[in-house]
Amino acid sequence: MRTFDTVVIGGGPAGLAAATAAHENGAKTLLVEREARLGGILKQCIHDGFGLVRFQEKLSGPEYAERFIDAFHAAGIPAMTLTFVTRIVPAHNGGFHVTLVSRDGVETVETKTLVLSTGCRERTAKQVSIHGTRPSGVFTAGTAQHLTNLLGELPTRKCVILGSGDIGLIMARRLTLEGAKVLGVYEAKPTPSGLTRNIHQCLHDYDIPLYLSHTVTRVFGDDRLTAVEIAEVDDKMQPLPGTEQIVECDALILSVGLIPENELAESLGVEIDPKTKGPLCNGQLMTSVDGVFSCGNALHVNDLVDYVSESGECAGKNAALYAGKKRREIPINASKMLSYIVPQRLDLDADNRETVLYFRSRDIQNGCTLKMLVNGEAVFTKKYPFLRPPEMERLTIDFSKYPLDAASKVEFDIEVKAK
Amino acid sequence: MTQLICIVCPRGCTMHIEEKDGAYSVTGNACKRGERFAVSEMTAPMRTICSTVRTAFPEAPVLPVRVSADIPKDRIFDVMQEINHVVVNTRVRRGDAVIQNVLGLGVDVIATSDMLYTSEGR
Repeated sequence: MRTFDTVVIGGGPAGLAAATAAHENGAKTLLVEREARLGGILKQCIHDGFGLVRFQEKLSGPEYAERFIDAFHAAGIPAMTLTFVTRIVPAHNGGFHVTLVSRDGVETVETKTLVLSTGCRERTAKQVSIHGTRPSGVFTAGTAQHLTNLLGELPTRKCVILGSGDIGLIMARRLTLEGAKVLGVYEAKPTPSGLTRNIHQCLHDYDIPLYLSHTVTRVFGDDRLTAVEIAEVDDKMQPLPGTEQIVECDALILSVGLIPENELAESLGVEIDPKTKGPLCNGQLMTSVDGVFSCGNALHVNDLVDYVSESGECAGKNAALYAGKKRREIPINASKMLSYIVPQRLDLDADNRETVLYFRSRDIQNGCTLKMLVNGEAVFTKKYPFLRPPEMERLTIDFSKYPLDAASKVEFDIEVKAK
Repeated sequence: MTQLICIVCPRGCTMHIEEKDGAYSVTGNACKRGERFAVSEMTAPMRTICSTVRTAFPEAPVLPVRVSADIPKDRIFDVMQEINHVVVNTRVRRGDAVIQNVLGLGVDVIATSDMLYTSEGR
């Protein structure tokens, strides 16, 4: 049986960064990827804007990915592509046995640590329950992107986009550039889900209308989609009777959210945070199962790949350095003002001098202060001119500055100035 | 006064621009790049475009490309038309021009992936 120190599952930006960091920190590493090429979703994200934080450059998705792929290959790390993980079981020595299926057959390898960089999946039509027939022409934004950017097939001439997530906005522009007519982007919530800059550069630049508090209530068509029914919704996102209108189109493109992919993590008994839908992790990005690390969009849905790579590097490095020490963890709590914070735990015996935290505000806030409370007392504050739920915030905290013990209660809260 | 959202970085600052005798004063921007973007939006808006070109290789029917620098916003669809005429039949690399000096705008259309080059086998 081949043995490794670290096996990284998923060869997208998180996995590439994790494998490279694990290798650099001395781990005998293997990267496993289910597709034929490394790069993950970035292969089809041909638009630019990647790497602004990391490289101060506006790269396209493939350019960003290939910088990491080149570094990964230069380091001589083995990768298995067209390889699927079917099973992971704990080994007697505290490590894991990973069963892999590839064109060469079935192989089981042993590893001391695992990095799960399995990314996320799109919510589908089945998960937003739209009434009507089941014609072809209902795609997720990612599927439309795959068809357009990898296969060179335009999936629509005239379409409606449901949901204002970033991929939907990017595809509104992309399909318009290729000559399709995007009739409108419909969002059930009263505020957009995507980044503000994408509303501007993808919709406003191309005169594509955005309808907030609207949703698709029905689809029509036998073989191919012929029309959709649109309705306004109330503040509970319920369609308002009498506001229905029929919009003729040949495709409905869904951009209604992403969900971290954690089937393998769950099979290992990893605890999942109901808020992020990713594993509960500590500052080293180790999950509740010793030796199992999580990063990228499997950990929580990011809006910038720069932070995906960063979390990959953190997970990969810590997987390589993992020595099987016992943990002494306390929770990092998020108040109701935050939709989540990552990591959710702090290992008091680990090096937490440069702990990177990612959080999102639950609502749009202007002129507010983020506070870190220890036993109810604010020990750290940071002012923000505004916080918007679609825009993830990142900060670094040196936890060694604060006297923390097993009984300490750590909470993050957002204080808004009284009007 | 004009209000616009900066698209230079993900921060997405809301900026206000005041024009006086052909000079612009910008507020709300967090950095210099925002100010440059605001003035450019008021005078000669520029954008990057990304697309794909057809290839002669069955394993990769299309190759991702982008313009090597910003182009005038009102020339986007003209450049798209040029991009849509291209069929790549050599194994170009990332950064190689597939159209040089497109429409005389002083920018190239460049490949943004090594996929044709590396699919031959590393």
